[in-house]
Amino acid sequence: MMRSSQPLTGTNGRRCKEDEKLINATLRPGKRGYIIDTRSLNVAQQARAKGGGFEQEVHYPQWRRIHKCIERFNILQESLIKLVEACNDQSHNMDRWLSKLEASNWLTHIKEILTAACLAAQCIDREGASVLVHGTEGTDSTLQVTSLAQIILDPRCRTIRGFESLVVREWLQAGHPFQQRCAQSAYSNSKQKWEAPVFLLFLDCVWQILRQFPCSFEFNEQFLIMLFEHAYASQFGTFLGNNENERFKLKLPQKTMSLWSWVNRSEELSKFQNPLFEANSLVIWPSVAPQSLQLWEGVFLRWNRPSKFLDEAHEEMINIINYN
Amino acid sequence: VENVRLLDRLSSRKAAVGTLYLTATHVIFVENGSETRKETWVLHSQISSIEKQATTATGCPLLIRCKNFQVIQLVIPQERDCHDIYISLIRLARPVKYEELYCFSFNPKLDKEEREQGWKLVDLNEEYNRMGIPNNCWQISDVNRDYGVCDSYPTEVYVPKSVTAHIIVGSSKFRSRRRFPALSYYCKDNNASICRSSQPLSGFSARCLEDEQMLQAIRKANPGSDFLYVVDTRPKLNAMANRAAGKGYENEDNYSNIKFQFIGIENIHVMRNSLQKMLEVCELKSPSMSDFLWGLENSGWLKHIKAIMDAGIFIAKAVAEEGVSVLVHCSDGWDRTAQVCSVASLLLDPYYRTMKGFMVLIEKDWVSFGHKFNHRYGNLDGDPKEISPVIDQFIECVWQLMEQFPCAFEFNERFLIHIQHHIYSCQFGNFLCNSQKERRELKIQERTYSLWAHMWKNRADYLNPLYRSDHSQTQGTLHPQMAPCNFLYKFWSGMYNRFEKGLHPRQSVTDYLMAVKEETQQLEEELEVLGERLANLQKSQLNNNKVKSKQQDRSKQFGLSTSNNSLANTPQEYSNDLKSFPSRSPSQEDEDSALILTQDNLKSSDPDLSANSDQESGVEDLSCRSPSGGGCLPSEDSGKDSDEAVFLAV
Repeated sequence: MMRSSQPLTGTNGRRCKEDEKLINATLRPGKRGYIIDTRSLNVAQQARAKGGGFEQEVHYPQWRRIHKCIERFNILQESLIKLVEACNDQSHNMDRWLSKLEASNWLTHIKEILTAACLAAQCIDREGASVLVHGTEGTDSTLQVTSLAQIILDPRCRTIRGFESLVVREWLQAGHPFQQRCAQSAYSNSKQKWEAPVFLLFLDCVWQILRQFPCSFEFNEQFLIMLFEHAYASQFGTFLGNNENERFKLKLPQKTMSLWSWVNRSEELSKFQNPLFEANSLVIWPSVAPQSLQLWEGVFLRWNRPSKFLDEAHEEMINIINYN
Repeated sequence: VENVRLLDRLSSRKAAVGTLYLTATHVIFVENGSETRKETWVLHSQISSIEKQATTATGCPLLIRCKNFQVIQLVIPQERDCHDIYISLIRLARPVKYEELYCFSFNPKLDKEEREQGWKLVDLNEEYNRMGIPNNCWQISDVNRDYGVCDSYPTEVYVPKSVTAHIIVGSSKFRSRRRFPALSYYCKDNNASICRSSQPLSGFSARCLEDEQMLQAIRKANPGSDFLYVVDTRPKLNAMANRAAGKGYENEDNYSNIKFQFIGIENIHVMRNSLQKMLEVCELKSPSMSDFLWGLENSGWLKHIKAIMDAGIFIAKAVAEEGVSVLVHCSDGWDRTAQVCSVASLLLDPYYRTMKGFMVLIEKDWVSFGHKFNHRYGNLDGDPKEISPVIDQFIECVWQLMEQFPCAFEFNERFLIHIQHHIYSCQFGNFLCNSQKERRELKIQERTYSLWAHMWKNRADYLNPLYRSDHSQTQGTLHPQMAPCNFLYKFWSGMYNRFEKGLHPRQSVTDYLMAVKEETQQLEEELEVLGERLANLQKSQLNNNKVKSKQQDRSKQFGLSTSNNSLANTPQEYSNDLKSFPSRSPSQEDEDSALILTQDNLKSSDPDLSANSDQESGVEDLSCRSPSGGGCLPSEDSGKDSDEAVFLAV
């Protein structure tokens, strides 16, 4: 599986032999490849006017292009704002809750992202085909797809260390602009141009899969919530900056501590371990039906509902397993 | 009928081809050719509706919708056969006599004494004793011993000690269906009680001395409070409209020291329509998130569940926190009243959160108090306007509570789902007819078997591993969050999408924890044995004994084997673009449609297995593995199962 940004085809239908060579080199003998474009066909076509575009069939004959639309990051931000508002709505009216939840579209985005990731994984697992994923810049929806696909396909990504590596690889090194995206979250007085909960959506998708396969992850929900928090505000330097280049220029490795160095201490790690974990070598396929996707209460209702009874249940679970 | 196809409604997977059998009690589809002869059984009692769809090139489609929310799509090759099947099923699914029901032919091979014992498992006298009755305030009355006062009430009712037969009879004449105020729950800690009745026949101005005396007696039976709540669970408008028909509600001016309260739960017709709308959403093919949420909201279902719950919470609070007694009624006092009294009891008393206690609760507030099981759940063919998912709603309230308080209930989700299943299956006699009187006339206990005995035998399958009788959640009253809490009510896919296993979490936490606990218990027993042996060894001072300890691979033993590729997995259909893909990866086994059970997945408690010991059903060469009565296990069991429903994503 490869990821990139959009090809600069433009309105003239430019081609680049090197680009074609590069991605063709990943094709397995006798097999074709799939390009998963996270923009709708329309948006991809319109991108040409600004110099961007998509891979043309005539130049990439061994590749089949599929459009799996994931909303642009600014739409995602609006979605988050609406969702948080809905969750904090103090009215007792049941009807308004469901329609507000629906109006936020948050779960729709979850469904879109998971579906695209499952598709990418299916291409690889079922057809043994190579996959190239890109959107516009390759820094948002692209990364959601590639990282989730790996969680589906690769059991190592479901271990704590494996997941940490995944985040480092597919988000930090891949250049997801954390500084721009995770500055203000849902509450800001002014409209933020670059703000978007792209990483949070990714974590939410991971949680959805975790909920469907509770024995297949070495880490628990708390781990994901911790990562969510540190992406927005942290005493560690891991999520600072927008890419490796910036982090290097800012001398972050010299001036700050790494989140991982703290998390991976055994006394910390024990809080994040999933007592139900049983390592398996499976490819795990989540259901993307609406009934299977739920609101991530641990994040969105965290402060509006008592967690006491659920915490007690979790404790009881740990007791049962530890005693055994 | 041969060459019938059974479609997987949610995917484009190839249909199974086989033979369709119709027996006196079941529809059975047996798949051709495969070594395991997969069978799908559906009890006629479970059939809610049958739809004949337009004939296509491939045949004549027939859609069977079941009361336990299973939906089966068949394609019959010949139109004539399809029509015959359709007509037959219509007749079979609408029995006219009780004797046609399965419970009268079901034979679990128990002797007469065992059958009797089964019926004695739940004893309501014992239950009232447990509550602390009779005592100096409450007593049992036999005024209704021949059902002469109220034919939908039990023979034994509990009333305040100061109430005479005269008062009871007088009050009953002033109540709809003669359902006079009677005790449902007594709280011995503070003497507060929950009583239930139907609406008074007060019209605009009628009064009844005995009825007023009855309420006064109830109030006085609680010396700790100087007033009594009267809770009318109907919307105010409906109650007021009833006055024009000579019924209505209690006037605070006429009854001394009552505080009257409307709660506003909608009637059976609204609820029936609400469920219908929700099921339509469940039947949508690859709905978007918006379709689903809109549909769910439009149905209003969760809103109704919350209304019932809120009523229960109000009553529980009145009893536990204010120490005030409550009289609950609706119109006839057998639907919303039953729901609300049982929810309140569940919140108040941890006993009802145990398995046995829950059975007792249902026997008390639903069975003995004359909830019209026959009319509501269509044992026999009747008026479709009487059908309504009343007890289903109560069962869902319990599930919602289990989600909020995971440690508080001794039983698990599967327990609830199986109870719901059997309310409709008519395989056991507990939920037949409309009243105790009718059941006794039909001699139900001598001619059928009790569900409770059957479930009790299989109780290991129904346990909640997180339950501990000394846990804080299992002591005293439960206090669900009241507001804001709309978001706490979730869609119960385990019930309404019960047979679409791909929708549910593919690994079951409950099953895993139960397996761990079982293993722990075995290890403890072993430890004990070894400890004794060690003590003996030390005594006799022998040196050369080897002690073997059993290696238990927990995962293999309890079916959570993760080296087994068929565990839990097939991709859903994520895109129309990938139709060229082979339907399965070579590393995974062929999977069955969601409707089929294989032996590995069956638990002994499963409703389907229990019916198989019946040799009298008239179908030949049944293997004991055959399921009957409706298909798959609920989501709890899907940890071992590789079946999936498949979705087309947008």
